Amino acid sequence: MTKEKREQAASTAHSLGSDAWERLRNNRMAKIGGLFFTAITLLCLLGPLVIPHSYETTDLAYGAQPPNAVHWFGTDDLGRDVLVRTLIGGRISIGVGFAATLVALIIGVTYGMIAGYRGGRTESLMMRFVDTLYALPFTIIVILLTVLIEGGNIFLIFMAIGAVEWLTMARIVRGQTKALRKLNFIDAARVNGVGYLRILWRHILPNLIGPVIVYTTLTIPAVILLESVISFLGLGVQPPMSSWGTLIHSGSLKIDVYPWQLIFPALFFSLTIFSLNFMGDGLRDALDPKDAQS
Amino acid sequence: MLSHIARRLLQAIPTLWLIATLTFVLLHLAPGGPFDSEKSLSPEARANLEAHYGLDLPLHQQYFVYLKNIIRGDLGPCYTFTGWSVDEIIAQSFPVSLELGALSLLIALGFGIPLGITAALRHGKPTETALMGVAMVGICLPTFVLGPILLLVFSSGLGWFNPLGWSVPGDRVLPSLTLGLFYGAYIARLTRSGMLDTLQNDYIRTARAKGLREGLVVLRHGLRNALYPVVAYLGPAVAGLISGSFIVETIFFIPGLGMFFVNSAFNRDYTLVMGTVLFYAVLIIFFNLLVDLVQMWMNPRTRHD
Repeated sequence: MTKEKREQAASTAHSLGSDAWERLRNNRMAKIGGLFFTAITLLCLLGPLVIPHSYETTDLAYGAQPPNAVHWFGTDDLGRDVLVRTLIGGRISIGVGFAATLVALIIGVTYGMIAGYRGGRTESLMMRFVDTLYALPFTIIVILLTVLIEGGNIFLIFMAIGAVEWLTMARIVRGQTKALRKLNFIDAARVNGVGYLRILWRHILPNLIGPVIVYTTLTIPAVILLESVISFLGLGVQPPMSSWGTLIHSGSLKIDVYPWQLIFPALFFSLTIFSLNFMGDGLRDALDPKDAQS
Repeated sequence: MLSHIARRLLQAIPTLWLIATLTFVLLHLAPGGPFDSEKSLSPEARANLEAHYGLDLPLHQQYFVYLKNIIRGDLGPCYTFTGWSVDEIIAQSFPVSLELGALSLLIALGFGIPLGITAALRHGKPTETALMGVAMVGICLPTFVLGPILLLVFSSGLGWFNPLGWSVPGDRVLPSLTLGLFYGAYIARLTRSGMLDTLQNDYIRTARAKGLREGLVVLRHGLRNALYPVVAYLGPAVAGLISGSFIVETIFFIPGLGMFFVNSAFNRDYTLVMGTVLFYAVLIIFFNLLVDLVQMWMNPRTRHD
């Protein structure tokens, strides 16, 4: 008991950010997931620089070969190295994951904070709009948006995904802001004549950090998944560029003959999603104990 | 109860209107029209086609015509399949998707609930860890990875099933498994945590104290409350099954609504895209209402008038 109390006292001495960091480091699940994800990301970033094969040079005479000493993951039917293509695809998938999550984060936090802090009719109107979009699955909205965007421009695709994934973030932030708004220190700030934006920025935002971090970590795998679904359906990233979704799609068309073209990208993809979800769940246990059960 | 249903149905109207308007605006902002792919079209033929489908009218008139038609339940003609209306395409292909979705949901519930109960009853034992590990793997294997893997193993490997189509009963197995297993895994997790919460309640202790058999305690007293989060999840699950059907129908070449929707997005078939989206929206709203009612029936505390 006394040890716990001492720990509590010690943790209150830290800032919110370092406290969260501390708890994250002590959570085994989050740590394993985080390490794994970092390893995959580094592999995707650095691997293609080291491996002496190109991801786009075709060699039709060589064709599709099973994994061997030269090409560890084999080659596809155009003679391209599957390992390099998987790693390059990972760059795109993970890159889209981060970029779209950032878009979702910015929109969601801003929207949710304003709705929650304003309250009243503004809030109910704003949240009504969110509810309406919520009535449709994200995939349908993103497919609609990709119909708008011709040529599979990845920049626009991640904008589209980000423009959809902010909804849940907005809901969480709004709920949190509503609770914070009633606290004394916000009243104190207001009485002291602190401006509207400054209250949001200096007093509300720092207190949202916990749930926002948790939800951001859970958004990244959701975004990667959504991008892959869209690319798998052929509506996302277009050749010669490839993400894991397109690689898995082309692999799935040839599973009878060249199963390695499916297995390796699918393995990388699933491990990434697995480690990110692991990290997100661990973070939720660490930062948001009331949800720890599920 | 009735007034609640009526209120929810009334609330759905602005939602549907907003979705109809959004899809209309989005698709008309989109570059390229429905007849762009046919390069050989002469300007006159093109103008005739556009006049035939009312695409030459000013945009706001097209919008009002569109709204008036959907109120009458007419989603318009289909551009890519000439001679077919969107209503007919939905009527043709939706039963296939419905069957796929229903089978998948059955698999999800049939796997998930027993798995979750077992894990909760073995709390803290290796069985629980193993079962939840399996569930975690299931959650991390998205449909478009699981589908080809199942095909690889059971179709080209063991030769038990046809790789594609939807004609014999055996064709239902792999697609439904592909679509259902993810939700089964998720439902297993929800059931487990719901069960763990429920079994801590005093009335469970009372039931045990009065000498009820453990099986009866768990199934009659525990399960009803433990399943509450599972029922709440059915709303989002059905929305997810719909988007999952796009992929599964593409992998297994199943002529369901999902395949038509994806194709219509490729072909920029305005009316088919809008019609399908609206249809899905109605479906989801209806299903959410249903889930709501089941929840009210299960837990009287949520009945509010």
